[in-house]
Amino acid sequence: MNNTIDLILVALVLTDLILLGASRLRNAIRILAAQGLMLGLLPLLAHRGGPIWHALLLGGGSAVLKGFVFPALLNRALRETNANREIEPFVGYVASLLIGVGALALSFWFGARLPLPAATPSQWLVPTGLFTVWTGLFLIVARRKAITQVLGYVAMENGIFALGMVLVEAMPLLVELGVLLDVFAAVFVMGIIVFQINREFDHIDSDQLSALKEDAP
Amino acid sequence: MIWTLIGLPLLAALASLRMRADRPRRALLVATAVAHAALTGICWIWPPAVAPGAWVGLDAAGRLFLGLASGLFLAATIYAAHSLGRGREARGRLTEADTGSVFVNAPEAVFTACLLVFLAAMTLTVASQHLGLLWVAMEATTLATAPLIYFHRQPSSLEATWKYLLVCSVGIALALLGNFLIVVAATASGAAGTLLVPELIARGAQLPAPWLQAAFAFLLVGYGTKMGLAPMHTWLPDAHSEAPSPVSALLSGALLNCAFLGILRAHAICAAAGLGAFSGNLLAGFGLVSMFVAAAFIVGQTDYKRMLAYSSVEHMGLLAFGAGLGGAAIYGAMLHAANHSAVKAALFLLAGNFLSAYRTKSIARVGGGLRRLPISGALWLAGLFAITGSPPFGTFASEFTMLQAAFAQGRGAWAIAALAALAIAFAGMAKAFLGMSLGRAPEATAADEGERWPTVLPALALLSLSLLLGLWIPQGFASLLGQAAQLIGGGAP
Repeated sequence: MNNTIDLILVALVLTDLILLGASRLRNAIRILAAQGLMLGLLPLLAHRGGPIWHALLLGGGSAVLKGFVFPALLNRALRETNANREIEPFVGYVASLLIGVGALALSFWFGARLPLPAATPSQWLVPTGLFTVWTGLFLIVARRKAITQVLGYVAMENGIFALGMVLVEAMPLLVELGVLLDVFAAVFVMGIIVFQINREFDHIDSDQLSALKEDAP
Repeated sequence: MIWTLIGLPLLAALASLRMRADRPRRALLVATAVAHAALTGICWIWPPAVAPGAWVGLDAAGRLFLGLASGLFLAATIYAAHSLGRGREARGRLTEADTGSVFVNAPEAVFTACLLVFLAAMTLTVASQHLGLLWVAMEATTLATAPLIYFHRQPSSLEATWKYLLVCSVGIALALLGNFLIVVAATASGAAGTLLVPELIARGAQLPAPWLQAAFAFLLVGYGTKMGLAPMHTWLPDAHSEAPSPVSALLSGALLNCAFLGILRAHAICAAAGLGAFSGNLLAGFGLVSMFVAAAFIVGQTDYKRMLAYSSVEHMGLLAFGAGLGGAAIYGAMLHAANHSAVKAALFLLAGNFLSAYRTKSIARVGGGLRRLPISGALWLAGLFAITGSPPFGTFASEFTMLQAAFAQGRGAWAIAALAALAIAFAGMAKAFLGMSLGRAPEATAADEGERWPTVLPALALLSLSLLLGLWIPQGFASLLGQAAQLIGGGAP
C-alpha cells in the first residue's frame, strides 16, 4: 500500500518538473490532468478506518474535477482565445528547471525537519506537497499568459490537496467537498475572465494588464 | 434562525435569475435586504444560543459583524436599486470622461444574483465556528464578488477583476494550509483533530506552540490578503475603485471585516494557547506597516475612489493594530470596525454621486461639490472629518480608546507611530476633499439629474450612525462590543 503512495508521490514530483519545463500549453494542461487523476487515488490509498465512501467520494470527485473537467475548461479557453500555443515564460525553461531542483531540495530538507503526526501515510507527503505548491506559485509569477496563471493555481491546489492527505481522517468530508467546490468555481470564473481578457485586449498576456497602478510620485 | 439568514438570500438569488422584468427584481433585492436586516435585528435583541459542537452559530463577534454586513447591505441595495434604474434609462449614453469609453453594464439579473449570493456567503463567514467552513465561505465571497467588480465591462475593471480573483484566491489557498497546520497541532496533542474554534480554545494549553505559530502565520497572510493588510493589499485599490460604488461600499465596509474576523478567530486560539504575545505582535506589526503604506499612497493620490480604497487599507491596519495590542484596545478595535464600516460605506456611496455628476474619478477635475451637489457635498465634508477620526464622530472615540490602551501598556512608541500615520493620511485626505467640495463647479452636463433621496439618504443614515456612536453608545451595543472583545481575549476599557 505504502509503496503505491510513494510511487504516486514520485510521479507527482516528476510531473511538477515537466510542468516547469513545458513549453506548450496543451502539454501542460495534459500533465496537470494526469496529476489530478493520480491525486484522486491518494485518499483511497491513505484510507485508514472511517467509512470508505468518504475516501471514494473525495478521491472520485477530485479525480473527475481535476482529471477531466478542468482540462476541458482550459482547453476550451485555449481554443476560444485562439492563443499562441507557446507558454512564453519570463524565466526560461532551463532556468525554471534548475530553480525547481533547488526548491525540491529545500522542500525535502524542510519536510525532514517537521515532526509529523504518527499516522502519516508516507513521510514523503509533506515535501512533495510543498514542492507542488511551490511549483504552482512559481508558474503564477514566472509565466506571462493569464491562462498559465490558472494552470499555476490548479497546480498549487494539487499540492495543498496532497498536504491535506496527511490529515485525511481529521478533515471533515463536508469541508473537503466545499473546498473542491470552491476550487471548481474559481477555475470556472477564471476561465470566463481569461476569455473576456482575450476579447477585450486581443491577448491574454497578464503582464500587459498594467493600466491600474500608481503614478510615480 | 441562522440557516434562514443564509438561505433567504440564496433563494432570492435563484429567483432573481429567473425573473425577466427589472423592476420586480430590484424590489426583490431591496425586500431581501430588508428581511435580512430585520432578522439580524432579531438576533441582536434575542441572541440565539450557540450549541456546543455546532459548526455555525452566532457568538457576540459574529453578531457584531453580521449586523455591520447586513446594515450596510441594506443601505447599498437601496442605492444600487436606484442607480441600476438610472443606468438602464441612460443605456449606452453614459461615458466616462477619464477614458472616454462607454459603460456597457453586465446583465442586471446576474449582478443582482451575485449580490445576494455575496450576502449569503458573508453571513456564513461570520457565523462559522469551524475554521474549514470559514475558509469555504470566505473563498465563496471572493467568487461571488468577482463578477460584481466587472459590472461596468471596462478594460480597467476587467484588469481589476483578474488581479482580485488571482491574488485573493492564491492568498486564501495559503490560509487553507494554515487550517491544515491547525489540525496537525490539534492531533499532535494526542486528541482527535478538530477545527472547531470553541473546542480549540478550550484545549488551548495542550496545543503545541511551533505548529500553532506556523498555522497563525499562514492564516494571517492568507486572510490578511483578503483583508487588505500591506504588503498583500495590491489588489485592493484596483478592485475597490473599479467596482460600482455600492459594491465598493460593501467590499470596503463589510467584506474586509469578514476577513478580519477570520484572523481574530485564529488570534483567539493563539491567545488561549498562551501565544497571545506572538500573534498580537505580528498583528500589530502588520497593522502599522499597512497604515504607513496606505498613508504614503493617500498623499498625492489623484483618484478619489482609489484614495478611499487606500484609506480602507489604513483603517484595516488600525484594526489589526488594535486587535494586536490586546486588552482594552480590542474593544476599541471592535468599535472602530463598526465606525469604519458606516463611514467608509457612506463615503463610497457619495463618491458614486460625484462620479455620476462629474463623470470622472480624478480629484483635480471635481470642484464646487457644495454647489453642484449640495447634500452630497456637505455630507462629503462631514465624511472627511468622520473618516479621519475627528470629534464628535465615533471614529475619534474608537481611535482614542486604542491609542490610550497602547500608552497604558507602555507601548508609547507604537502609539506615536500610529498617530503619525493617521496625521499623514489626514493631511492627504483633507487636501483632496476640500478641493472637491469648495470652489467653482464646472458646467453641468446634460445627463445631470441632481440628487434624489435614494442616492443621499443611505449615506446620511450611515454618517448619522457614526455621529451617534461618537456621542453616545447604547448600553446594549456596548455590552455586545465588550462580549466580542472578550471572545478574542480582550476586555472593556
